[in-house]
Amino acid sequence: MITFQNVTKIFPLNIPGKESTLALDNVSFEIKEGEFVSLVGRSGAGKTTLLKLILVEEKPTKGKIFFEKEEINKIKAEKLPALRRKIGAVFQDYKLLPKKTTYENAAFVMEVIGASDLEISRDVPKVLEIVGLKERMNNFPAELSAGEKQRLSIARALIHRPKVILADEPTGNLDPYNTLDIIKLLLKIHEMGTTLVLATHNREIVNSLEKRVITLEKGKIIRDEEKGRFIL
Amino acid sequence: MLITLKRIFKSGWQNFTRDGGIAAATCFVLVITIFLVSTIFLLKDVGQFLIMNLEEKADISIYFKDGVEEEEILAVKEKVSKIPEVKEVTYISKETALEEFIKRHKDDSVLMESLWEVGGNPFLASLSIQAWQAGQYSAITDFLGNPDFQNLVEKIDYYQRKEIIEKIFSLSTLFNKVSLGLSIILIITAILVTFNTIRLAILNSSEEIKIQRLVGASNGFIRGPFLVQGLIAGLISGLISLIIFSFTSWFLSPKIEFFFAGLNIFNLFMKNLGIIVLLQIFTGIFLAVISSTIAIRKYLRV
Repeated sequence: MITFQNVTKIFPLNIPGKESTLALDNVSFEIKEGEFVSLVGRSGAGKTTLLKLILVEEKPTKGKIFFEKEEINKIKAEKLPALRRKIGAVFQDYKLLPKKTTYENAAFVMEVIGASDLEISRDVPKVLEIVGLKERMNNFPAELSAGEKQRLSIARALIHRPKVILADEPTGNLDPYNTLDIIKLLLKIHEMGTTLVLATHNREIVNSLEKRVITLEKGKIIRDEEKGRFIL
Repeated sequence: MLITLKRIFKSGWQNFTRDGGIAAATCFVLVITIFLVSTIFLLKDVGQFLIMNLEEKADISIYFKDGVEEEEILAVKEKVSKIPEVKEVTYISKETALEEFIKRHKDDSVLMESLWEVGGNPFLASLSIQAWQAGQYSAITDFLGNPDFQNLVEKIDYYQRKEIIEKIFSLSTLFNKVSLGLSIILIITAILVTFNTIRLAILNSSEEIKIQRLVGASNGFIRGPFLVQGLIAGLISGLISLIIFSFTSWFLSPKIEFFFAGLNIFNLFMKNLGIIVLLQIFTGIFLAVISSTIAIRKYLRV
């Protein structure tokens, strides 16, 4: 489903005397449909860059990236929204729309894909119930707790039934209780058939999942194991 | 398509109402700009009125020798009216000149006494001539310098009035130039201030635009609500300006008329109401929409 072929990403620095940053160094791997893959590594290892490349938020310096056989590093600007609609993204900093309520934030993606009003009014309350936010439907993001914000971010990522969900440190800002909640939610989504890529540096979570683990260090893949563990 | 349009309008309205302070600031700046543009538009008419008044006061008179028949004078009038540079010719007979003099100076006993002293009617029949432009008076006097007229004409007072006539006309040309220059500068300043206010408001939403791009919204779907927001701000500002403008002109009109007789600002406003309404609403919408379009373009490249 997602293939990286010898991908390198260098962030050039425009400050004289400073060297550019090598975020990913000749990375190759494949993620199959329905897989649950954890990306682990220290801060700055290249996890977020990798997810940004899948979402075409960044373009690789070298190499090719395929999403369902389409080479996305060469995708045209007008085709980008259609690609992103196939992907659900969960961010560490939630990236919720501050001027929209919980309901409107979740409904926004459905509006984007052109769902009817009927579908929206049927699906949004259902999904908000799954993530436990039914009672907070009319609240704005600023009125939600960190855990609630992350759950809303997940609701938004899954509401249009994307083929893959990318979760970038979704538990980074959460306490252990909320962390467990979010991981349970992600597992539930995966069980429903969605491919899931989870970037994290939470050792406990990765070890408890017993799923595929790709370990990154200084932009290189140093380990890729089925039922892997967090080893650094 | 229709459902997308409905969502864009709904979202634009929501953004506008939820933005509170920013929306109010944008409207405030827009109102000032629109007000300025309308004032300049109306001032152009006021200026023209004042200049026309002044220009009407500039004329030359040809005095005919005593004993020249009225028919002869009217024949000259006929000929002078045919000169293309001439705007208007008025015949003032000896009797009219005397009546005018008495009417104007009836309270001045010295002048009246001197008039009785002289006895009879000492005034000459004359033609009062107005040209379209100051430079055209010399062409008219040249025409009257024609030997055919020389034995009829006593004097032409152009040479005494030449300086003042030219001053009036140069003043009106200067007024036109200065007001045009000033209007352009003011309008450009106002547009830049408006543009900057809207740009800052959108800068505030740059993160939001980025998020919308990341969840797969198309450029049109993101841009739409901002344009609607601009449209609403423009429309509301246009209406507010219209209300303030009509009230101000209604309130100031009698006060201005007191100083400049015949200059009724409110009537001028009502006469141009259609254009002013269009100008105000169009300026509001145009400024808001163009500024939003330019400002948002930068943030759509995620």
